[in-house]
Amino acid sequence: MYTSHTQADREAMLKVIGMDKVEDLFQSLPDEGKFPELALPEGITEMEALDELSYISSVNETPQELISFLGAGAYNHYIPAAVDSILRRSEFYTAYTPYQPEIAQGTLQAMFEYQSLIAALTGMDVANASHYDGATAVAEAVNMAYHNFRGRRKKVILSPSVHPQYRATIHTYMKGMDLEIVGEDLESEADPDQLISLIDEQTALVLVQYPDFFGRIFDLTKLSEAAHAEKALFAVHINPVALGLIKPPSEFDADIVTGEGQALGIPMSFGGPYLGLFATKKQYVRKMAGRLAGETVDALGQRGYVLTLNTREQHIRRENATSNICTNQGLIALASTVYLSLLGKNGLQDLAKLNYHKAHYAAERISTVPGFMVNPVQPFFNEFVIHCPIPAKEVNQILLTHDILGGYDLSQDYPDLSHELLVAVTEMNSKSEIDFMVEVLEEETHD
Amino acid sequence: MKAPAELKYSKNDEWIRVEGDVAVMGITDYAQDQLSDVVFVEIVAIEGDELGQGETCAVVESVKAAADIYMPVGGEVVAVNGALADSPELINEDPFGKAWIIKIKMSDPGEMDSMMDSETYQNLERDH
Amino acid sequence: MTEPTIFELSRPNRIGIRFPAPDVPLAELPEDFLRKDLPLPEVPENEVIRHFTNISQLNHAVDVGYYPLGSCTMKYNPKINEETARLPGFSQIHPLQPVETVQGALGLMHETQQWLAEISGFSAVSLQPAAGAHGELTGVLIIRAYHRSRGDLNRTKMLVPDSAHGTNPASSAMSGMEIVELPSDERGNIDLDALKAECDETLAGIMITNPNTLGLFDENILKACQLVHEHGGLVYGDGANMNALLGIYRPAEMGIDVMHFNLHKTFSTPHGGGGPGSGPVGVIKELEGFLPAPLVVMTSEGDDDNPAIYDFIIPEQTIGRTKSFHGHFGIIVRAFTYMLTLGKNGLKDVAIYAVLNANYIQARVKDVYHIPYERTCMHEFVAEGKWEDAPEIRALDVSKRLIDFGFHPPTNYFPLIVNEALMIEPTETETKETLDRFVDTLLQVADEAKNNPEILHNAPTKAPFGRFDEVKAAKDLILKTQLPDDYLTS
Repeated sequence: MYTSHTQADREAMLKVIGMDKVEDLFQSLPDEGKFPELALPEGITEMEALDELSYISSVNETPQELISFLGAGAYNHYIPAAVDSILRRSEFYTAYTPYQPEIAQGTLQAMFEYQSLIAALTGMDVANASHYDGATAVAEAVNMAYHNFRGRRKKVILSPSVHPQYRATIHTYMKGMDLEIVGEDLESEADPDQLISLIDEQTALVLVQYPDFFGRIFDLTKLSEAAHAEKALFAVHINPVALGLIKPPSEFDADIVTGEGQALGIPMSFGGPYLGLFATKKQYVRKMAGRLAGETVDALGQRGYVLTLNTREQHIRRENATSNICTNQGLIALASTVYLSLLGKNGLQDLAKLNYHKAHYAAERISTVPGFMVNPVQPFFNEFVIHCPIPAKEVNQILLTHDILGGYDLSQDYPDLSHELLVAVTEMNSKSEIDFMVEVLEEETHD
Repeated sequence: MKAPAELKYSKNDEWIRVEGDVAVMGITDYAQDQLSDVVFVEIVAIEGDELGQGETCAVVESVKAAADIYMPVGGEVVAVNGALADSPELINEDPFGKAWIIKIKMSDPGEMDSMMDSETYQNLERDH
Repeated sequence: MTEPTIFELSRPNRIGIRFPAPDVPLAELPEDFLRKDLPLPEVPENEVIRHFTNISQLNHAVDVGYYPLGSCTMKYNPKINEETARLPGFSQIHPLQPVETVQGALGLMHETQQWLAEISGFSAVSLQPAAGAHGELTGVLIIRAYHRSRGDLNRTKMLVPDSAHGTNPASSAMSGMEIVELPSDERGNIDLDALKAECDETLAGIMITNPNTLGLFDENILKACQLVHEHGGLVYGDGANMNALLGIYRPAEMGIDVMHFNLHKTFSTPHGGGGPGSGPVGVIKELEGFLPAPLVVMTSEGDDDNPAIYDFIIPEQTIGRTKSFHGHFGIIVRAFTYMLTLGKNGLKDVAIYAVLNANYIQARVKDVYHIPYERTCMHEFVAEGKWEDAPEIRALDVSKRLIDFGFHPPTNYFPLIVNEALMIEPTETETKETLDRFVDTLLQVADEAKNNPEILHNAPTKAPFGRFDEVKAAKDLILKTQLPDDYLTS
C-alpha cells in the first residue's frame, strides 16, 4: 500500500482543516459527475499483479525465442549488467529534474558526463541532455534550423533514406510552420549527392542519415559543402555504435548531429523509452533546445554543475521558446552514460567491428543464395538491403515459421521496394544463427 | 533608478540619444536591474539592415530572463556594438554609456515623438 | 565533495567490458571511412560502478527523503513497477515485430488505453506522446486539424491563462497558434469577462489546467468551457494535476475535449532525474479520428478457448506520427501495474489523500505564510515566501534553508502570478508524521527569516554543496569535460 493514513490520522487532520469528512474537501467541484462509479476492477496485491503481468509478458515472443535480424531503428545489442545496476539506484531514478543543484549533483554530473561523451562520440562541440528519441531529435533539428533563420528560409531538404518514421514525425512537427520539405520524392535509394541540385538560398537545412536507413555509408563532404555554400545548415542523423568504427559527422562539417541512442545500452522495450541524441557547434548552442548542464563552482569554491542557459526554455520564454520540450530522457541518458563509460574507447571499437564483420558475413552468405542480391558497391555498417526473388513480406513469413524475424519489409514505406528486405546483424547474432537463416532461404525460397 | 535627462525613452525600456540624424540606442538602468547579471548579448541586426520601428534588433540574456530588444525607431543600422559580445556585463555596469547597442540612421525622425522624456519615463506605472 | 569526471578517471588501455572475438571470417574494413580516434574514457568496471554510485549519493530523491515539489507530484514509485517493466517479454521485444508475436504487449496497451479512458471520461486514448509537453503538442495539433477539417482555417487563436505552465504557450506556438494570455480573477479562476472578450470567429481553443497551478479547482470551469464551445473553440486540458481528480471527477465532464496525462506524475512512474515521462492523450468522440498513429484496437474479443486479438490501426484523419514506434512502452507497463494494484478504490484514495494532505499543510502554515488565494485547495497550494518584517528574504532563501533539514524545497517562482511563490505538493504517499515534521520546519524557517535572516542567506550549509554561481556557468559555458591536449595520445 502506498498510502498510510489511519482512521485516527484522517480525523486529526480533518479537525485541523475544520471539516467533518473527506468529501467536504471537494465542495468546489460541480455536483453532477462528482465521485463517479468507475467501471474498473478492485485493486490486487503485488503478488497477484506480478503473476498477471508475467503471464501477459510471456505471451510475447522475445529474441530469446526468436532469432532476430530486425533493426530499422531499434537494435538488439548486449547490455552489460553494470548498466541496470546503476539504473536501479533510486537516488537516480526517484529524483526529479535537478532544479536545486545543491542536492542534485548526482543527476547534474551524470548529465554533464553524458553531454561530454556524446560530444566526444559525434566530434561536436556541445550536446544537449537529450530528446525523447531519434525521431523527435531530427524534428527538433528542423525546428532549430527554422528558428535559426527566424522563419525566413522556408525549405528543408530531406533525404528519402532518412528513417520513414522520422520523416513522418518531422511532417507532424512542422504542421504549424511555414516550411516546405523537398527531396523525399527522389528515388528511394538515391545517393546523397543527388540532393545537391535542390539546395538554394531558401534552404534552411539539409538532413541526411549516416549510415542511412538502408545501412549505407556515404561520403558527405560534397553535400555538406553545397549546403554551406548557400549558408544552409547541414544535419546528420547517426547510429552511435557505428561511430565506433567510422568517421564522425564532424569530419563532414555537420552543424547539427542527431541520433537514436537506443543502441547504447537501452533495452528495445517495444519501442521506448529511447534516447534522442542532439549535438551542435558552439555557435549554435543558444539555438539548441533541451536541457544543458554547465560547470561552475559553489559558495565554497567546489567544482559542480547547474542547469544553464535556462532562458532558452519554455518555462522562461513561454511562447517565444524555440521548443516546448520540458521532460527529457534523464534516466535513459544515464544508461547510455554508464554504457559508454564501461565500453570506453576499446570496447566501442571492438563492438562496432564485431557488428561490421558479422553483418558482412551475413550479407555475403545471403548473396550466395540463388535469387538474392546485396548491393555490392556501397560500404555498409551492420544493416543492409537484400533483394529477394519473391516479395519481402513472403520471405519474412517463411522465416517466421522457423522462428526467425527476417528483417524489415521495405515495401511498407517504399512501394517501389517490394522485394527488398532490410536486415540487421549485431553482436547478438551468432554465426550459426546466420547460417541457419541462409539454410532456410536456400531451401524454401525460389522464383 | 537612473534616467539621464538628455535621453529619450521607450515604454519597452530602451533609451535613445539623437546625434544629428543618427540615433544611438541601448537599454535603460531599470531594464538592466530587472534582468540582473547579463551573461550574453546577441545583436541580431547587422550594419546596413533596414529595420522598422518595433522590429527585434538584439537579445539580452541574464540567468533568469532573455529579453528581446526592439527598434524604438526605424531606420538603417549604421553601427553595432561589437564589444558586448565579449563583455555582456557592460550592460549592467554602464547601460547609458559603453553598453550602447546599435546606431540607426533614422528613416522617420517623426517616430521620436512616441518616445518619453526622463521624467515621464521614471513615473511610468510598473506591474511590480 | 567534488567527484572526478569519468574522463578524469580514465587511463590508457584499461578495459571496462570485453566482447567475444568474432566467430565469422573478418571482412575488409572501409578504409576511406575509418575513424582515426575515439576520445572515450578507459575505465575498469568496478571504477565505473563506484563512480556512479558515489555521485548518486549527492542526490536528494523520493527514496531518500521528502520531496514536496509543487506541480511535479513526487509520489512514491512502487518497486513492483520496476520489476514488471523488466520482464523479458516486455523489455526485450522489438517494436517492429509482427503483431502476432507481441499480442501481450498490444493487449497491455489496449487495457491501459481503456483504463485511462474510464478514469477520465474520454472516448479514446493514444499512448504515443513521450511526455507532458509532447502530449500538449499532440493535443494542440489535433485541435488545429479539427478546425481545418471543417474548413475553419482562421481559427488560430489559443487562449492560455496567465497561471499556465510554460509548456502550454510553447506547445501552442510550435503548432502555429497565436497565443493570447488570459488573466485570472481574484479567486484564482479564469476571468470570464476576459474570456468572453476573446471569443470570436478566430478562436481555436483554450488550454486549461484544472485544478490550476495555484492548486485550486476552477469554479468557473463549466461556464468557461461552455463559452468556448459556443464560439466554436475546443478545450485543451493540461492533465498535470490529475492526481487530485482520480475517481473524484472526470475531466471530460467539465467540457474538456482533449487532454494529456502525465504517467510520471499521476501514475507513479519514476521521474528519472528529468525523464523519461509519458504523456498519453485522451479525446472526446468527435476527435478520435485525429489521434496520432498508430492506435491499438481489439479486432476480436476472444472467448473461453481463444484469446482476444489486437492490432494497430491508423485513424482516418490522423495528425500523423509524433515520434518513432508506439510510445514509451516501458513506462506504460509501470503505470499499468500501478493502476492494477490500486484498482478503482485505490485510485480514488490517491486523490482523497493527496487533497487531504495539501489542505492539512495549508491549514497548519497559513497564519505564518501568506496564501494569496486562500480557499480549500486541491492536491497542492501556493504560499508566499516573503514577509514585511523580513525584507531581505526571498522564497529562494526559504527553499535553500529547507535543504538543511533534509527536505527537497517546494517549487519556486511558479506560477508567475504569485510573487515569491512557494508551491507545495505533499502527495498522498506521506505519513502524517512526515507532514508534521515538514510543517514544523516551515514554521521554524519563517521564524528564522525574521530573527536570523543570515542563516537563510547562507543556506544550505548541511548539503554536500553550497549555492552555485549560475552567472559563471552561463558566462563560461563549460558544457563538457575539458580534456587535456594529450588525452588521446597519453
